[in-house]
Amino acid sequence: MTKHILRSAALLYLLMLLVLPLAFIAYRTFEAGLGTFWASLTSPSALHAFRVTIIVAFWAVLLNTIFGVATALLLVRHTFIGKRGLNALIDLPLAVSPVVVGLALILVYGRFTPVGGWLDAVGIQIIFSIPGMVLATVFVSLPLVVRSVVPVLEELGDEQEQAARTLGAGRSATFRRITLPGIRAALGYGIVLCLARALGEYGAVAVVSGRLVDQTQTITLFVEERFQNFDQPAAFAASTALGLLAVATLLITKLIAPKVRSS
Amino acid sequence: MGIDVRNVNKAFGSTPVLRDVSVDVTAGSLTALLGPSGGGKSTLLRVIAGLEKPDTGTVVISGVDATRLAPQRRNVGFVFQHYAAFKHMTVFDNVAFGLQVRKRSKSEIRARVGELLELVHLEAFATRYPAQLSGGQRQRMALARALAVEPQVLLLDEPFGALDAQVRKELRAWLRRLHDEVHVTTVFVTHDQEEAIEVADNIVVLADGEVRQAGTPAEVYDQPVNPFVMRFLGPVTNIGDRLVRPHDLELSRDAEPGSSAAEVTRVLRLGFEVRVEMRLDNHDAWAQITRRAADRLSLRPGDTVYVRPNAEARTLAADAA
Repeated sequence: MTKHILRSAALLYLLMLLVLPLAFIAYRTFEAGLGTFWASLTSPSALHAFRVTIIVAFWAVLLNTIFGVATALLLVRHTFIGKRGLNALIDLPLAVSPVVVGLALILVYGRFTPVGGWLDAVGIQIIFSIPGMVLATVFVSLPLVVRSVVPVLEELGDEQEQAARTLGAGRSATFRRITLPGIRAALGYGIVLCLARALGEYGAVAVVSGRLVDQTQTITLFVEERFQNFDQPAAFAASTALGLLAVATLLITKLIAPKVRSS
Repeated sequence: MGIDVRNVNKAFGSTPVLRDVSVDVTAGSLTALLGPSGGGKSTLLRVIAGLEKPDTGTVVISGVDATRLAPQRRNVGFVFQHYAAFKHMTVFDNVAFGLQVRKRSKSEIRARVGELLELVHLEAFATRYPAQLSGGQRQRMALARALAVEPQVLLLDEPFGALDAQVRKELRAWLRRLHDEVHVTTVFVTHDQEEAIEVADNIVVLADGEVRQAGTPAEVYDQPVNPFVMRFLGPVTNIGDRLVRPHDLELSRDAEPGSSAAEVTRVLRLGFEVRVEMRLDNHDAWAQITRRAADRLSLRPGDTVYVRPNAEARTLAADAA
C-alpha cells in the first residue's frame, strides 16, 4: 500500500513539475502548425542566435574538457602544496550565482578596467562579445568534467599506467592508450553535462553579452527577448528546439557509453 | 651482467624503507626477494624497474647505469601482484601492447604474440577480455605481456599473492619451468619462504629495509647468519640459549656429551614425522624426529629424555641481533 502511495506521489510530483510544463510548451509550439514552427526557427535572428550558442558552447566544452582532464589527473595522481585549496576552488562555480559571475567578469575585463583596457588596446574585446560569453560559460560549467572524471581515475588506479610505462610507452602514449580509454565513459558523461549546461546557460551570459540582438544573443537570450516582445510562437519554437537538443545530447551519452564486455 | 644494486637508500617522507641496500643478481638467474610485509622488498623491485627513484645509490642493469632512466627505457618486464591487466583490451592486444608501442610490423606482432600465448597456454583466449579470465589466467597473460618485449630483466611483485593455494602451487612450478626455457634474468618478490626455496636459485632476505642475508636456498636455510634469517626461513626451537632447527635434534634415553635433560610433555604423530614437545630447564622446546626413531625411544609424556643438536647442525645464539 505504502509503495503505491509513494509511487503516485512521485509520479504526480514529476507530472506537475516536469511533464506538464514541457508538454504545454510543445503543445503551444505546434498549435499553429509545423509551418509556423519552422518559420520561427529559421528567421535570421533565430538562426544567428543558434550560431552564437553553438560557437560559445563549442569553445566552453573544449576548454573545460582539456582543463577538466588535466585537473583531474593533477588531483588524483599527484600530491602538491595547495591541493586541498584547488579541490575546494573547483566547486566554487556551483555555489556562486551566475549573475555574480557575469558581473565579476565585467569588473575584470570591462573596457574601463586595467586588464580590459589593455586587451582593448591590443584589439581584443572580451565583454559584450563572444570571448566574454565563452569565459562566463566556462566558469559556470567548470566543475562538471573534473567531478565526473576524478572518481573514475581514483578507481582505475595507476597500476595499468605503470605497466604501460614498463612496456615502453612514454607519458603521452600511456595517456592516449591506457588512461583515456579507462575514463572514456566518465569523460563523455562530463562533456555532455558540460554541453547541456553551456547550451542552457542564461544568467552569466546575459550579463556579459549585453544582449545585443543579432550580435551576442544566444538561443536562451533569444527565447527571453522574444517572450518579452510578445512573440510567443518564436519563444516557444526556440524553447522546444533547446529541449530537443537536450534529448539529443542525452542520446549521445548512451551511444558513446562503452559496450558491456563481460560474457 | 645481470642487475647490480649499490647502496640504495629510499625513504617515504621520514620513514626509511630501504637502508643502504646492495644486491647482485647474476645474469640468467632466478632470484627471490624474501621478507616480511613492509620489509622493503616491493620498493626495491620498483626501484629496479624505475617506478620509484632511489634517494641515493645506483642501479646498473646489464652493465648500463639505469638509475636515472625512465621505466620505459630500462627494457624491464614488470608483473604486478594484481595483474594490472589493460581492461579495455583483449588478451591479444594486452600481450601485443609493448610491441605496438615499439612499432613492430603487424605480421611480426601476430607471430610473436601467438608464440607467447602458446608459452603461457592461453592460445584459446586471444580474443577474450581480462574480465573473462580467472586470476591464474590473468597472471599468465600479464607474464606473457611482460615477456613480449624481450626484456633484459623480468621483475615479478608477489606474482602469486592474489591466487588461491592450489593455483599458486601450480604456477610456481610452471614459473620455474618457464624460466628454465627462456633464461631471462628474473627477480620476484615473495613473503612465502617455501615459495622462495622451491623456485629460486638465489634468495635475498630483506627486513626493515636491510639485506639480512643473500645466498642459495641451501645457504640461507642451513647456514643462516643471524636469528632473524633462521627464524624466517624455517622452524626453530631453543635449546638453552641456542637456536636450532627441530629436525637437527637428537634424542636419547641416556645422557651423552653435550646433551641436556628434558621432560617430555607431549608426543604428536604427524604422518611420517613425530613431533616431541618437552620442557627443558625452564622453557619449552620441540624436536622433529622420524617415526622409526620415535618407536625406538617409545617416549611418553613425563619421561626424561636427553637432547642435543646433531653433529652437522647449525646453531645460533638466540639473543644475537
